[in-house]
Amino acid sequence: MSGIPHDHYEPKTDGEKWLNSRLPIVGLLYDTLMIPTPKNLNWMWIWGIVLTFCLALQIITGIVLVMHYTPHVDLAFASVEHIMRNVNGGYFIRYLHMNGASLFFVAVYIHIFRGLYYGSYKSPREITWIIGMLIYLMMMGTAFMGYVLPWGQMSFWGATVITGLFGAIPFVGDAIQTWLLGGPAVDNATLNRFFSLHYLLPFIIAALVVVHIWAFHTTGNNNPTGVDVRRTSKADAEKDTLPFWPYFVIKDLFALAVILVVFWAIVGFMPNYLGHPDNYIEANPLVTPAHIVPEWYFLPFYAILRAFTGEVWVVQIASFITGGIIDAKFFGVLAMFGAILAMALAPWLDTSSVRSGKYRPMFKWWFYLLVIDFFALMWLGAMPAEEPYATFSLIASAYWFAYFFVILPILGVIEKPQAPPETIEEDFNAHYGKADADATPAE
Amino acid sequence: MFKKLAIGAALALAVAPVASNAAGGGEQHVEDFHFSFEGPFGTYDESQLQRGLQVYTEVCAACHGLRYVPLRDLEALGYSEEQVIAYAAGNFEVFDPELDDFRPAIPTDHFPENNGVGAPDLSLMAKARAGFHGPYGLGINQLFKGMGGAEYIASLLDGYTGKEKEEAGSVLYENTAFPGGWISMAPPLADDQVEYADGHAATVEEMSKDVSAFLMWAAEPKMMDRKNAGFVGVLFLTILSVILYLVNKRLWAPVKGKRH
Repeated sequence: MSGIPHDHYEPKTDGEKWLNSRLPIVGLLYDTLMIPTPKNLNWMWIWGIVLTFCLALQIITGIVLVMHYTPHVDLAFASVEHIMRNVNGGYFIRYLHMNGASLFFVAVYIHIFRGLYYGSYKSPREITWIIGMLIYLMMMGTAFMGYVLPWGQMSFWGATVITGLFGAIPFVGDAIQTWLLGGPAVDNATLNRFFSLHYLLPFIIAALVVVHIWAFHTTGNNNPTGVDVRRTSKADAEKDTLPFWPYFVIKDLFALAVILVVFWAIVGFMPNYLGHPDNYIEANPLVTPAHIVPEWYFLPFYAILRAFTGEVWVVQIASFITGGIIDAKFFGVLAMFGAILAMALAPWLDTSSVRSGKYRPMFKWWFYLLVIDFFALMWLGAMPAEEPYATFSLIASAYWFAYFFVILPILGVIEKPQAPPETIEEDFNAHYGKADADATPAE
Repeated sequence: MFKKLAIGAALALAVAPVASNAAGGGEQHVEDFHFSFEGPFGTYDESQLQRGLQVYTEVCAACHGLRYVPLRDLEALGYSEEQVIAYAAGNFEVFDPELDDFRPAIPTDHFPENNGVGAPDLSLMAKARAGFHGPYGLGINQLFKGMGGAEYIASLLDGYTGKEKEEAGSVLYENTAFPGGWISMAPPLADDQVEYADGHAATVEEMSKDVSAFLMWAAEPKMMDRKNAGFVGVLFLTILSVILYLVNKRLWAPVKGKRH
């Protein structure tokens, strides 16, 4: 499966041979688990395991919650209270599921920014990157629909606002919105289809995760230097890599355990910290909350959505050229999805010949500015749509697009990168010293 | 890189509640009353919850329901099964579709709804209002104080200035905790309105605090269990982390060699 030369599974007993000639499943698992992994991976490479854990946690807690939840506008809110009060351990399972979504997004954002810094999206890992972006999009869809299910005030009004975005599409918007909602407004039909899709999408995500892993097991992991593993011979490859089991499994599990200490403390001691109090009020179509705010993980893109108002000249030009077809609302929707599309296009926008940002003196600063920009957008997304936040949002949104469409292409041309080390082994030894000659890696 | 992003992750957590707490408004003042259930180590004070139940039953229940709270759960307040049976039968009537008539409540019933004057249900009130947003709007003090819902309710009950005004045919009362400053609920409490069974002083402030504590319990009856599970999990995962740290260190030691 992998392009990096390494030992493959050899069936030994007759039973193993019998199975292997019919279904080589043990070999597949062996090759996946023993995949040669660059030995210089740092702690930023642990988030994949955290994400896998989150997906499993959400699916398992979710399946249990579904056993007690009722997707009906008159019963949903009460059934959640039933889980919180009467189901054995229900309050904890629900709080795990609620906060699990936040851990999922913390991990995915760090994972994405890891990829952006170390150039993991660059050739030959474009497919891995694109699949990852699809997973991220599906996560957002799943999280959004899941937030609607408790049928609180924010559930209802969040759903109303977000599905309203589709209504901004010219000509067919209203029809699409009605089709999505299953009626003229958010109601029982909406709740039912969101419930159905909220249950379905995680399994599609799980399938995409398999493809994601398959893709980067074919190309090999990126690593902090961005230098490729030597594939000239098995002996050379072994100088650059260690098998995933046990080295990285144990390392990743350690990191996961530390993260879970914090996660468990939040669930145990402040489970509603990341939620909104209004969602403990049952949905009421007649009462609009004072501020409708999305969950924290949507805020950066929500800020971009709101930044492009009718007063912005870019919007006015777009409106003029298209004869009013692209109005401010639709422009905002395009900008929001465009911001995610910009990330997905990074492999083709980055022109630098050096993969890792570690060896790109100018890139580094622009990248850190992007991280700051991301947090700025998150903060602005939570602020009311008024001055001075509107102007700040516009500046921060502009930088987001500039980073991908202007800075990444230009930097590759004007920047003079430093020379990365020749091999991964060289980088590893520079950090940790050379291993004893007679020391053999543990089996 | 790692440190920077770790700080970033922490910031993400910190920025988030700005969103959740941006709501609300006016110059409301929420007094930071002390409650026994605050912080990871805090527990409900049984006698305070009992006093709070008394205030709810004698005062609030006239207008406000507790539709999501089963009466049987009152055993968690330290009452015996017989006491709960007597309390349910003595205070509430519920509509029974089988009898097609009202009958005295039994422990398996919930506290009744009360839609009489349009007063909101109080089952989840203590979680549906946030008293604190600090420091700097980050809401981190939730860890030590909880969401501040109980503080908000107590501040509201204790926050009447005595001023009234008439607007569109209804009387509004000035209140320092209510968003906007004017509330349609008349001041429900007066000193010594309730005669506590345990002889506790029944000032407006004390009654406000007691009933707020009770409503916190009504909104989050499993809070103690949750904190316990939190402690067990944190302890277990900490030990697991230490073990995995040592295993990892030992596993990598021969590969990393000695650095001098």
